[in-house]
Amino acid sequence: MALSRLSSRSNGIARPFSAAFNRFISTDTTPITIETSLPFTAHLCDPPSRSVESSSQELLDFFRTMALMRRMEIAADSLYKAKLIRGFCHLYDGQEAVAIGMEAAITKKDAIITAYRDHCIFLGRGGSLHEVFSELMGRQAGCSKGKGGSMHFYKKDSSFYGGHGIVGAQVPLGCGIAFAQKYNKEEAVTFALYGDGAANQGQLFEALNISALWDLPAILVCENNHYGMGTAEWRAAKSPSYYKRGDYVPGLKVDGMDAFAVKQACKFAKDHALEKGPIILEMDTYRYHGHSMSDPGSTYRTRDEISGVRQERDPIERIKKLVLSHDLATEKELKDMEKEIRKEVDDAIAKAKDCPMPEPSELFTNVYVKGFGTESFGPDRKEVKAALP
Amino acid sequence: MSAILQGAGAGAAAALSPFNSIDSNKVVAPSRSSLSVRCKRYIVAGSDDGTNQSFGSSSLVARRSQPLMIPNAVSTTKADTAASSTSSKSGHELLLFEALQEGLEEEMDRDPHVCVMGEDVGHYGGSYKVTKGLADKFGDLRVLDTPICENAFTGMGIGAAMTGLRPVIEGMNMGFLLLAFNQISNNCGMLHYTSGGQFTIPVVIRGPGGVGRQLGAEHSQRLESYFQSIPGIQMVACSTPYNAKGLMKAAIRSENPVILFEHVLLYNLKESIPDEEYICNLEEAEMVRPGEHITILTYSRMRYHVMQAAKTLVNKGYDPEVIDIRSLKPFDLHTIGNSVKKTHRVLIVEECMRTGGIGASLTAAINENFHDYLDAPVMCLSSQDVPTPYAGTLEEWTVVQPAQIVTAVEQLCQ
Repeated sequence: MALSRLSSRSNGIARPFSAAFNRFISTDTTPITIETSLPFTAHLCDPPSRSVESSSQELLDFFRTMALMRRMEIAADSLYKAKLIRGFCHLYDGQEAVAIGMEAAITKKDAIITAYRDHCIFLGRGGSLHEVFSELMGRQAGCSKGKGGSMHFYKKDSSFYGGHGIVGAQVPLGCGIAFAQKYNKEEAVTFALYGDGAANQGQLFEALNISALWDLPAILVCENNHYGMGTAEWRAAKSPSYYKRGDYVPGLKVDGMDAFAVKQACKFAKDHALEKGPIILEMDTYRYHGHSMSDPGSTYRTRDEISGVRQERDPIERIKKLVLSHDLATEKELKDMEKEIRKEVDDAIAKAKDCPMPEPSELFTNVYVKGFGTESFGPDRKEVKAALP
Repeated sequence: MSAILQGAGAGAAAALSPFNSIDSNKVVAPSRSSLSVRCKRYIVAGSDDGTNQSFGSSSLVARRSQPLMIPNAVSTTKADTAASSTSSKSGHELLLFEALQEGLEEEMDRDPHVCVMGEDVGHYGGSYKVTKGLADKFGDLRVLDTPICENAFTGMGIGAAMTGLRPVIEGMNMGFLLLAFNQISNNCGMLHYTSGGQFTIPVVIRGPGGVGRQLGAEHSQRLESYFQSIPGIQMVACSTPYNAKGLMKAAIRSENPVILFEHVLLYNLKESIPDEEYICNLEEAEMVRPGEHITILTYSRMRYHVMQAAKTLVNKGYDPEVIDIRSLKPFDLHTIGNSVKKTHRVLIVEECMRTGGIGASLTAAINENFHDYLDAPVMCLSSQDVPTPYAGTLEEWTVVQPAQIVTAVEQLCQ
């Protein structure tokens, strides 16, 4: 599965790269077993084992993609400060392990829907850096033609349903997608991601109730980064054990900074959902940036806490240590990899900067789907002010 | 019935650029003008007629044998059965809720992607019996009884629509859909745009609204005024069994999200509708009674108050032209414009509140577009800006009554 992901790169990452690092990215699928750092905590189900099957290729893959995601988010930070990205920009650095681990456990037929912290998930689903930066800067080549922005990334052909600005509203949508998967008898599941802040939304419980009632293959994933914008989880939730909040729905608490734990949990959840219905996963993760670019992120938490997490739990560092300990690459090689990634991101930014803004006529396209003669610009259809006999 | 619809690119005829100057002698969408039937005639498509790919025509009534042009298809001025159905000899009589059910059932037969979700739509048969019998026929997975969570099940319907299903979401009363406003506004209306066209949301959101018989303030709401600003949705209001079935079918087949407004008091209207399959154009208004002196624009239940007033007006010597606008978003300014150019006076009779209602938007649209043709200011009769009281007499005064319509017409026609 990691192999196919590598060979069918639609994000254009592998090619300039593999030449120099052929000995890593080639077909080394010797299996490696990795122990997750922490055991899983389960609610109403049996936790999966801590030993995760992987391969050296997958390990390097994880490192590379996570480093790319990290670099992309940092670059987005600078672009925002340079006022090339406007509005809201919610960055995912620190949480990359969730995106990567989830991708590794599922196929492109399984759907993912998330909230507004969606850049890295989009990348994981096969989006390209060019599409990401173009969309962030509002250019034509963006994945939503520049009309969506940071919070509205979608990729229909990889079953990535976005990209939603209103907190919690994506969870009923996700359960609807799961319903459609069941209706169409596809053997696929839907991962509906939300945060610890959104976990207190009523519509979540409504959707969970329906999913459990109708046995939908929906997996609700709480990316618990412990802060709902500026409010710590203990100030917002009476019961911060989000994996237990499903009550009658089983749950699993996972160390979200460990990509392999995430992978194992998602695989477990997929099997569970296809057979028995919904399950909740709580990913214990952390974001280094503030809630968005307008939030410094230090008024409600200490810098020591942030740097503490960065030192002890950083997901990329963990993978790096694993790579080095399994002798898959040297320090220097990894550094060179990171340099390559940096260059790739810079190239993508430069290319996106050159991309034109959308045409003025794009303002009116895609409001309605063409068909039945509708092309409306408001309650009065100016083009009907036309010929009278 | 292949003539009627389902052309994938059929409506995408002209590449319209909104910045071209609109030459009033030139129709922008050429394929539509070729069929330019607007409310005066029906073009009847033969069953294998492949040329009628444009959907700009009015209700297509497919006949198998001889094509038939029916001038002034709107028949009589009977207040209760102002039928826009053709003078078809074959036909069956039914009530409006049965017509809705027939339309829904036909569409579910035709397309396995259509499903219904709502409270008590399945085993109970629907609180207004619109979905009666469907659960037995199609099963629990296609006619879904949801728990009472409008926000969630509307969201689920929209999520399912993103993948290609065509859910029909029922709000037991339109007022309950206020709980789902976020889903309707942000996800239903906007996803097609914010995803750059990747996702279409072919949902139909329907339910009864309007002032009933002493149902109380919260169950007598007119949601069309709240929803009208949402970009990306279409709104239609049905008023007769004929257009109820036609609009239901068209709404289900449309790729855009459509909100179908029914009215609590109109479910038991009886009319004879054709046996053959037909649909109504979603963006078209219906000419109820052609006339010369004044244009009265109305929709849903107020149509019947207007027709009742029309009887009185005819006796007094006036000749009102009554148009049921049917399409609340977008307005059918073509039909309306033609009428204004003929009569030069407009009265809008609606059930929405005075402030920010459909009438308010329509007044603005008419003033903007047809100002030169008006001999008098556009007058708009709407409900009072009050919560609907329970007491029967008070409730009567909140909505527009026929006597008020007569007075208004007399005033405008002085």
